This record gives sequence, structure tokens and C-alpha cells, in this order.
Amino acid sequence: MSGVALSPLELAAAPRSEAAPSRWNPYLVGAGIGVLSWLVFVIVATPIGITTAGSQVAGGVAALVLGAEAVQANAYWARHPFRLDYGTLFLVGTALGGMVSALARGAFRVEHVPAVWAERFGPSIGKRFAWAFLGGALIMFASRLANGCTSGNGISQGLQLAVVGWVFFAAMFVSGLATAWLMFRTR
Amino acid sequence: MFPVSKDVALWLAPLFGFAFGWLLERGRVLDYNVIVNQLRLRDFTVLKIMLTAILVGGVGVYALVEMGFARWHLRDANLGGAGLGGLLFGVGMAIYGYCPGTGLAAAATGRTHALVGVLGMIAGAIAYAFAFDWLRGTVLAWSNLGRVTLADVTGLPLWALYAALAVVAVGLFAALERWQARVRA
Repeated sequence: MSGVALSPLELAAAPRSEAAPSRWNPYLVGAGIGVLSWLVFVIVATPIGITTAGSQVAGGVAALVLGAEAVQANAYWARHPFRLDYGTLFLVGTALGGMVSALARGAFRVEHVPAVWAERFGPSIGKRFAWAFLGGALIMFASRLANGCTSGNGISQGLQLAVVGWVFFAAMFVSGLATAWLMFRTR
Repeated sequence: MFPVSKDVALWLAPLFGFAFGWLLERGRVLDYNVIVNQLRLRDFTVLKIMLTAILVGGVGVYALVEMGFARWHLRDANLGGAGLGGLLFGVGMAIYGYCPGTGLAAAATGRTHALVGVLGMIAGAIAYAFAFDWLRGTVLAWSNLGRVTLADVTGLPLWALYAALAVVAVGLFAALERWQARVRA
């Protein structure tokens, strides 16, 4: 990073993303996820995915708030009832894997507002939290509509060259690029 | 022997999930800045990881299916759902800075804003469950091609498409690396 063209924004992002040790090359990480896909296709016959199980968990949460009858009566949750099955246990593992990896290289730390966000939208925690909540709600709603997220559709369907995976992947990148441009453009 | 029984799979699920979460963390994609800077075309980590995963995973799975060790797990090409869902997803990902898997894992690394997004995800899933009946009669009823691949749509053999994907991906990576080296210099 001895270049001349580092913007303040990149410098702000640098301490966390560049200085932390034990980062892996993105091609190596991608290949690792590819090999993990071989293993899960053969050993458990269940491709990597997040949001099918995520909506089951949401059904479990909804049952606490709305009552079990209301959830059982719902046509969607009738298809995806909450239980500790392969998918939900995979979610537990994903969270633990991220946590242990961060702890192992001393990168676990509290972050309320990330640097690039703060640079553009200010240091307000409430503002970042409100938009994170809305964005989270949107990606989950969208994932269920598309029957999969970046993992289940983009990678697991994409690697099978399934039409659904590539339509999702393309639509996601186009609207993601457009939204980021609208959010971060300087007038 | 494979696939293993449901009971054994339950024990393996957290292990496979752990490997996935570990890889995401080591790959820097639990960092909001990295994902958003991909969408701003200032960092290409996300694209490199996803495309490599698709290429390596795809070629391997194709070989494993051909040899009889695995089977395909295709989902319906519901064009309304995948198209509109993908467009909405991109908006949400730019705002949140994460996709569901990276958001969940990031929440477990001390990023409180990622955790708030996970709560948002639960709200989004609940909203979807209540919108499902309406969506089933509208968006999801527009166009469903069934469980088709790009080979079915184009009439080309799968091996040729995987070969084309390899050429395009490796060419793109080479161009990206050359360009990034020049920008850094």
C-alpha cells in the first residue's frame, strides 16, 4: 500500500481491514468454499445455504410473539417449520466459525459504525442501526422471494449453472452497484 | 456410505457451518467496508471469492456427479422471484453492507450493527411469511422454467459451459490483478 492515491476513506478503512494479520488470499478462500461444496454435496447431499433455515428461525421467533397457532396456520411456515435440523445447525456453525476465526487472530472487537459508513453518513450509531435493520429486513425478504441468498442461490445454484442462480447473481450485482452509487455519489 | 444418515448429518452441520464462517472471516468479507467497497468498485474481494467458489465448486461437483458420487440439487428457475428478489437483495445489501451469511457471522465478531441487521432479517422473514399467499398468486406465478441449467437453455453441453466459465473467470482475474497492480503503483 505504498501508493499515492489513497483517499481519506481508504485510510480510515485501513487499520481494520489491512493491519490485521492472518488474512487469506481471496482466491484461496473462494477455492476453500468450492471444496467445502464438494464435501457437502457428497457427504450430506445438502448444498450450502443460509436463509431457508433463517426463515425457520424467524418462524420460531414469531411463535413466541404471535403464538404457535398463528405460525402453524401460515402457509409459508407450514412448509418450513422451526426445528433444530441440518440447516439451523449449519447457521450456528457459521456464526461460531466467524467468531473463533476472529478471536484466533485477535480481531474480535466491538464495532457500532463501520469506517466507510461513518465517512459518508456520520458517526451516529442510531442512524447506522436503523439502516442496518432495514437493509437486513430487505435482504431476508428478497432471499425468500428468490428462494435463496448469495450462498444458496449465488454460489450453490450458480456452481450447478442453474438459471435461477445466475439470474439472481446478475440482478443482485446490478441493483447493488446502482444503490451503492446512489448512496455514495458526491454531488 | 454417502450421503450419511440424517442423524450423522446433524452432527456434521455445525462443522461444515464452522468451516464456512471461518473462511468468510479469513476472506475479509465479514468487514462492512470490504463488501460496500466491492459495490463501489474499489475492492474486488467479494467477486474474487464468489467467482472462484463457483468455478472450483462447479467443476468439482460436475466431476463428482459424472462419477456417481453426488447428485444435482437444482432449484426452480422462477424468473419473477429470482429477478425481483435479486434486485431487492442488491438494494438491501448496499444498505446493510452484508448478505445473510456474512451478516450473521459478522454479528458474532463483535459488530453490533451487523447484529441489528440480523434482527432486521428476522423481521424480513416474518414479513415474507405473511406476504407469501399474495406473492404466490402474483410474482411467483409469472414465469417458472422449472429446474433448468444454462445447458438446458442454451443447448450447449455442461462441460463446454464449465470450460467457458473457467476461461472467462481466469481472464477476468488476470485483468483485475493487472489493473489493480497498476492502480497501486
